[in-house]
Amino acid sequence: MSTGAMICLIPLLPLFGFVLISLTGKRLVKGFAALIACASVLVAFAFAVALFVKLLKGSGPLTATMFQWISAGNFSASISFLVDPLSSLMLLVITGVGFLIHVYSIGYMHDDEAFNRFMSYLNLFVFFMLLLVMGSNYLVMFVGWEGVGLCSYLLIGFWFKNQDYNDAANKAFIMNRIGDLGLLVGMILIFITFGSLNYADVLPKAEAIGTPVLTLITILLFIGAMGKSAQIPLYTWLPDAMAGPTPVSALIHAATMVTAGVYMVARNNILYTLSPIAMQLVLVIGLATALFAATIALAQNDIKKVLAYSTVSQLGLMFVALGVGAYASGIFHMVTHAFFKALLFLGAGSVIHAMHHEQDIRKMGGLRKYIPLTYFTFLVGVLAIAGIPPFAGFFSKDEILANAFRQNPVAWGIAVLASLLTAFYMFRLLFLTFFGKTRASEDTIHHIHESPKSMTIPLIFLAILSLGGGFMGVPELLGGGNWISGFLSPVFARSTELHVEHHLSHTTEFALMGIIVVFTLVMIGLAYRRYVAKAHVPAAEGAPLTPAHKTIYNKYYVDEIYDAVIVKPLYWISKLFDIVIERSGIDRLVNLIGDSLNDWSGIFRRIQNGHLGYYIFVMVLGVILIVAFSYTR
Amino acid sequence: MNIPIEYYIWLSTVLFSIGVLGVLYRRNAIIIFACIELMLNAVNLLMVAFSAKLNDSNGQVFVFFIMAVAAAEVAVGLAILVMMYRKTKSVDIDILNRLRG
Repeated sequence: MSTGAMICLIPLLPLFGFVLISLTGKRLVKGFAALIACASVLVAFAFAVALFVKLLKGSGPLTATMFQWISAGNFSASISFLVDPLSSLMLLVITGVGFLIHVYSIGYMHDDEAFNRFMSYLNLFVFFMLLLVMGSNYLVMFVGWEGVGLCSYLLIGFWFKNQDYNDAANKAFIMNRIGDLGLLVGMILIFITFGSLNYADVLPKAEAIGTPVLTLITILLFIGAMGKSAQIPLYTWLPDAMAGPTPVSALIHAATMVTAGVYMVARNNILYTLSPIAMQLVLVIGLATALFAATIALAQNDIKKVLAYSTVSQLGLMFVALGVGAYASGIFHMVTHAFFKALLFLGAGSVIHAMHHEQDIRKMGGLRKYIPLTYFTFLVGVLAIAGIPPFAGFFSKDEILANAFRQNPVAWGIAVLASLLTAFYMFRLLFLTFFGKTRASEDTIHHIHESPKSMTIPLIFLAILSLGGGFMGVPELLGGGNWISGFLSPVFARSTELHVEHHLSHTTEFALMGIIVVFTLVMIGLAYRRYVAKAHVPAAEGAPLTPAHKTIYNKYYVDEIYDAVIVKPLYWISKLFDIVIERSGIDRLVNLIGDSLNDWSGIFRRIQNGHLGYYIFVMVLGVILIVAFSYTR
Repeated sequence: MNIPIEYYIWLSTVLFSIGVLGVLYRRNAIIIFACIELMLNAVNLLMVAFSAKLNDSNGQVFVFFIMAVAAAEVAVGLAILVMMYRKTKSVDIDILNRLRG
């Protein structure tokens, strides 16, 4: 098969799966729908691997054009794809992790009556996500960008009979729209500035453009990334998005879609490198989000909410990497995060499945005995995210922190604090869920069971990836070649040249690494002391809390603040417009037209009074007039 | 004996006008009905007259058609009248205005 056909087939296969499943609807047997959905993604994965191997053998970026899409004046856009090291890595993650999550969904969603719909949405999501990362111009990326937002909306509100879930879906969609507007305006500005939307035309010319324009473009693009990747101030939708089924949380709201912002910034790395102000903004937003979300996660009691805030925090960390110009480390962390966060979410899903849809960690505990396989894989995920060597998270996080230290020790301090908090709350989650006494009711305990094979096998695969995934980026310091950084270097080549690096001595790097690992272990120890040794259980709903605890338990009241500052005033304004413009303006005009028509017709309807004699009289009169007229003429 | 054609024209005009006025001013359905017949026969008379004058039999054939149609119309019309009388106990057409929009 030719390379071009292979590239085109990668996104088309999941689309084909979606069309097939959604057109046949409920008539299709569940097993068959599952087969189509999984097989289409698996074959796409196989193609992605083939392309990856081609790139490894030293082939340059591969491109394929499907057709000319829009052509108007000097503007033209085609549906064309680009597979370079960056998008190839994304392809592997999306199709690989995506396939595992598809398989997992078979088990998790088995009893759901809308199983086929779920599978078709997942396939549609994979299609759009592939479009996003493979597009060779901004427009194709934008189509994918909007498409994944749509799928996210559909899947968050998958159980649409629950109004809360619908509200969460709306919230996610609207928050994303705010960001998308920034992205769209940024794209328009790119077109105005560069006269094209192809990466190949835009990125190499960036250096010829003045910094102020680039700063504006990059900030606008970053607003898009804030929405999609849940950064301050647009992050509040992500925790609510946990209303969707757990595989969705794993695939869309942890592993792939939310990292689209990171991908987008990395794709435009040269623009950011040329604009120091935008870099600072990315760094500051990343740091703030990483720390802020980590503190909120400390006091959450819903297993999925903790993971959601930890995702927000980890995404913040990725933006820290981008903000200090360490693009490869950001992408590296994104890949390892996809492994361990998907694992954690799927593990949480397995726990929820075992506990019959109980998500409150205060009602769990001691599950280690009942679901050992889930416990074991979850433990791997927690160790990975906490950054214990040699798990995946350690290498990627350490690289980000080292790069941050090079740039700015204060940034390093904040990032370290966030990652130490991460270690604490993740172990808090682990201990409360799997250790100590079981706090569930007798009846629930009786029914706890390990999940089916279709769910545990993806867990095992992801655990292996979380354990070994870090080895693609072992730093020089530890005797590795940092393969991933080398692999990605063509994409970031120009940025690396422009970026002035302060090299750290090996001693400093070792010291930093040691400090972080030691403090992480201390954090784990603290968590152990509090939640295992002292068997502390978070206060029940409504119990009195200290003010600080109460604030973070209520997520710093951000939702309430947004409600008061933005939503309510918007309602007031719309109320004002309703009264002034809508009712006394437009409504009155429309009513005036209607009323005048009514009045006029009132006059004319007197002619049509229903008296037969009258009609005949008029008719005869008419005949006489016609005859008279024709005689006199 | 040769009667001028003008006489026929005047006679049928008068008959037709009487018929029209009857339809216009009377409210009794039976009278209206009779007036319609009067109008039809005024036309018939004119047709026959011209047919004889112009030596063309087409006019007379038309008259037969008109008579046949009038007979059918009478059959249907009288049936409607009977039904109307049973429903309303009256043959006044002005009270038959229930289909008014």
